[in-house]
Amino acid sequence: MKMDENVIAFEKNQPIETDIVIVGAGPVGLFAVFEAGLLGLKCHLIDNLDKVGGQCAELYPEKPIYDIPARPHCTGQELVDDLMKQAEPFEPVYHLNQQADSLSKMEDGRWRLETSTGTVFHATVIVIAAGAGSFVPRRPPLENLEQYEDSSIFYAVRRMEAMRDKRIVIAGGGDSALDWTLSLHPLASQVTLIHRRDQFRAAPDSVEKMRQLVANDEINLQIGQLKELKGSGGQLEAVQVKGADGEMHEVPCDVLLPFYGLKMELGPIAEWGLNLDRDLITVDTEKFETSVPGIFAIGDINYYPGKLKLILSGFHEAALMAQQAFRYCRPDEKLVFRYTTSSTDLQKKLGVI
Amino acid sequence: MSYIVVVDREGQEHRLDALNGWRIMEIIRDHELPIKGECGGCCSCATCHVYVDEDWQGRLPRREDEEDEMLDEAFGVEDNSRLSCQILFSEELEGLRVYLAPEGV
Repeated sequence: MKMDENVIAFEKNQPIETDIVIVGAGPVGLFAVFEAGLLGLKCHLIDNLDKVGGQCAELYPEKPIYDIPARPHCTGQELVDDLMKQAEPFEPVYHLNQQADSLSKMEDGRWRLETSTGTVFHATVIVIAAGAGSFVPRRPPLENLEQYEDSSIFYAVRRMEAMRDKRIVIAGGGDSALDWTLSLHPLASQVTLIHRRDQFRAAPDSVEKMRQLVANDEINLQIGQLKELKGSGGQLEAVQVKGADGEMHEVPCDVLLPFYGLKMELGPIAEWGLNLDRDLITVDTEKFETSVPGIFAIGDINYYPGKLKLILSGFHEAALMAQQAFRYCRPDEKLVFRYTTSSTDLQKKLGVI
Repeated sequence: MSYIVVVDREGQEHRLDALNGWRIMEIIRDHELPIKGECGGCCSCATCHVYVDEDWQGRLPRREDEEDEMLDEAFGVEDNSRLSCQILFSEELEGLRVYLAPEGV
């Protein structure tokens, strides 16, 4: 699916005016674009992942799904591709690699939402379609971890140059771990890759290149698991690794880059003043509106009596949400209920006539 | 009623009713013990990691490659590590004993 043309870099702090901001670009957020679009409402979407599709694209792109109406069988990625295609006529704009951060009400009654990277939106309606929360790096449960984070331990490399002449330990066996091993070894004074077994699920080509570097003694490969951090004042000096043989090995290092995949957490949304039930946002079942008028929650993130966490439930919730969103966004217009089979107005919006 | 025994991260033992065909992860989650099972049980995350009691290790079906790969994202992986969504309860597992493994933070 081609989407580059819709991924626009906006100037920092230049507010983006829109009808709806959708927090979460998973299947339900994507279908909300469609339902809102049929009513003539414009949507921008925010997602912390580097791609559209949420859990379907991140956790199970290749896994089959069997309970989408009229789709006896499709993979997570196929579902996302088709939802993007369905939303396309309504020109959604995707703002990826950023988390919805602060939300406040403006004087004119609309919302001001700012993301973790400084993108600012002015919107009439906020729709939270955030699934189980946003994907953030999974942090290893090691003692004194916080003491070293952002000074010696990083979950992403923002500036390669900061890694020059450092002794770097990279932990993990997937593409992130292997890619960074390959790109940092020319810069670093020493790179040690630590993984729990001598098999890697990363792309075979990267694994082959890594093996060659190990054979040439250009990097170290240590089979084992991180057990302990050693250092002081936020500066890492070594990590203790428990080898496959059960023995402890000390690996001196300045920097640790752990790549253990992603986990999901509610994040800043929890501070928006909405009524919550554990980690879920409570909504009504007529409009799927939260305890705060103008803010809606649809899909896995919401809770109401009888809720089922199914993609199809989220689709239904998106359709009903859009009705109420229209009333907020177009208070002077009359809402007419129409079918795509018969309405020339809808067919024009869809670009089919 | 069939049962399994789950030891939580504080060492507290829980005897949980178990139904045939349920995933061990689902049994643990249904009793509201702290296990995430983020992906819902399709072996796509590593948030249902448990250690299987020694006595039981040889009596379970071995882990498949996919499960072994997913364990790369777990912490403190040992020979008796399993993703509990990949073990289906059946009568042969009556009394199965597992320990909740440490989670990422």
